[in-house]
Amino acid sequence: MRWIGVALLFGSLLLPPFFAGDFYINLASQILIAAIFALSLNLLVGYGGMTSLGHASYLGVAAYISALLTGRYGFGHGAAALISLSGTVAMAACFGVIALRASGLGFLMITLALSQVLWGLAYRMSNVTNGDNGIAGLTRPAPFGISLESPIAFYWFVLIIATLALVLMATFVSSAFGSSLKGVRDQPRRMAALGFNPWLIRWITFIYAGFWGGVAGLLYVYYHKYIHPSSLSTTSSAEALLGVIAGGSGTLGGPAVGAALVLLLKNYVSAYVERWNMLLGLVFLFIVLVMPAGIVPGISRLVAGLRGKAR
Amino acid sequence: MQFWIIQGLNSLSLGGLLFLLSSGFSLIFGLMRLANLTHGAFFMLGTYFAATAMRSFDGLNIWVTAIAAGVAVAALGGLFERLVLTRLKSNPLGQVLVTLGMSFIISDACLVIWGGDSIPVPTPQNLQAPTHLFGFVFPTYRLVLVGLAVVAALALYFLLERTRLGAMIRAGVDDRQMARAVGIPVSNLFTIVFCLGAGIAGAAGVLGGPILSAYPGLDADMLPLALIVVILGGIESLVGAFVGSFVVGFIYTFGTALFPELAYIILFLPMILVIAFRPQGLFGRVGA
Repeated sequence: MRWIGVALLFGSLLLPPFFAGDFYINLASQILIAAIFALSLNLLVGYGGMTSLGHASYLGVAAYISALLTGRYGFGHGAAALISLSGTVAMAACFGVIALRASGLGFLMITLALSQVLWGLAYRMSNVTNGDNGIAGLTRPAPFGISLESPIAFYWFVLIIATLALVLMATFVSSAFGSSLKGVRDQPRRMAALGFNPWLIRWITFIYAGFWGGVAGLLYVYYHKYIHPSSLSTTSSAEALLGVIAGGSGTLGGPAVGAALVLLLKNYVSAYVERWNMLLGLVFLFIVLVMPAGIVPGISRLVAGLRGKAR
Repeated sequence: MQFWIIQGLNSLSLGGLLFLLSSGFSLIFGLMRLANLTHGAFFMLGTYFAATAMRSFDGLNIWVTAIAAGVAVAALGGLFERLVLTRLKSNPLGQVLVTLGMSFIISDACLVIWGGDSIPVPTPQNLQAPTHLFGFVFPTYRLVLVGLAVVAALALYFLLERTRLGAMIRAGVDDRQMARAVGIPVSNLFTIVFCLGAGIAGAAGVLGGPILSAYPGLDADMLPLALIVVILGGIESLVGAFVGSFVVGFIYTFGTALFPELAYIILFLPMILVIAFRPQGLFGRVGA
């Protein structure tokens, strides 16, 4: 049953290039990018019990490094991607050492403060980042000489990477290491008593999540061909966290679905009004108050509750 | 020399503002175990309140405005606490997310109401003339602000250490269950402390107005500073918030004046040092 569902879902992801127009193909690409990003955050939030409010740091920094290297210093895309991912991983390693000195709310506050510092830097260091104007006029890579300029080609590219990301993150979670991560989330003391090193397990997960955040950042900057400090903002982190929580943290597919919903909502609403931040806040209140376990369990609980009342 | 003294005073006045902001944050955190991410938005509401009130009523006294804004923001905070936060008692993560959502709503509402341009808040007329002291010229308002922060710190200290309410709050901080068991109405204390913290933030927003002026994104500028203050000083320590505020005030002001582009990085270094060597903060208690 489960495999049929997975096959159906994957099959439907193969369809857009054949039927949909450019607008929807582009939307589908954006959804996949947001899904990779949400899945990487979910490694921390869902499986590690570490709620980070600064995950946009990895997306933004990877995107900025790539944008600077290719746009300003004339690097090729391959080298730029390699450098920006290594840079992001190194940053995740440093941030992990700092943030993991605390847990729970302290961890959340430190990740938020660190990401706000980066956001402020992106705004203020205008001779490097071009400040509020952002960096425009970027190009997409052409792996093996295949141009990714058309929406369809780019969609295939993103789909391949998203599949790879999902498989690798699923493997990570279901591996022995993933089990020890869940153990550390639920019973850190017992895990320590059993001879595991909770700190090291969390740190490795933090770096791994940062790596995939960086991958999402690269795809993000390839897609938009533009980068702005707002990609590092709390709003950006919060959107991903909302996707994770809305979809159901600690499940493999949930955050991807949640991220898709958040992105669709954002696109749909932005077409009519400019009040995305306010709506984001309201959705946060709604999800946390009404459906704290995520949309799918939340709806079934609501339905059950309504049925109970009807009787 | 004039540069150092003026920047020093600027640091002190920013530190004073930060203390007003972060003392509320640390009070709320200490009692409720809640990282109130709406705090920056409360501050910004106060500033916009001042901008509107003082520009539409010419010559309105800033102290009256600060008290009015404090009461208004405290009422808003109280409503939020009663209607939303109490429903999430056993869900600390949910509480944080809700305060984050609330901060988005408030900052976007401010953008709708007041637009995207920054609105200056007038300096009170009787404090506009500079003060001459030891042959140097000081902006009087900033001097007053520093004094005010010290007065606020003393008042808070007195409230917490010398009054019955303060004793109840301290009991709630130390052991919530025992406090309940001996008959302290902890849930009401939560509301009182949340209102108090929000109110101080709102009043601080008014007082910061003449220095900072009201602009969209003020909340996103102030909240991280408050977070860094409490991480530095120790999350639930009032003394820590006081010392941390002035440390951050100095680093940020001198950083911005000397290396404008790197101010944020410089801000970051003491935080990393403190986290590395004293994760509970300079004045935090072990195991807190």
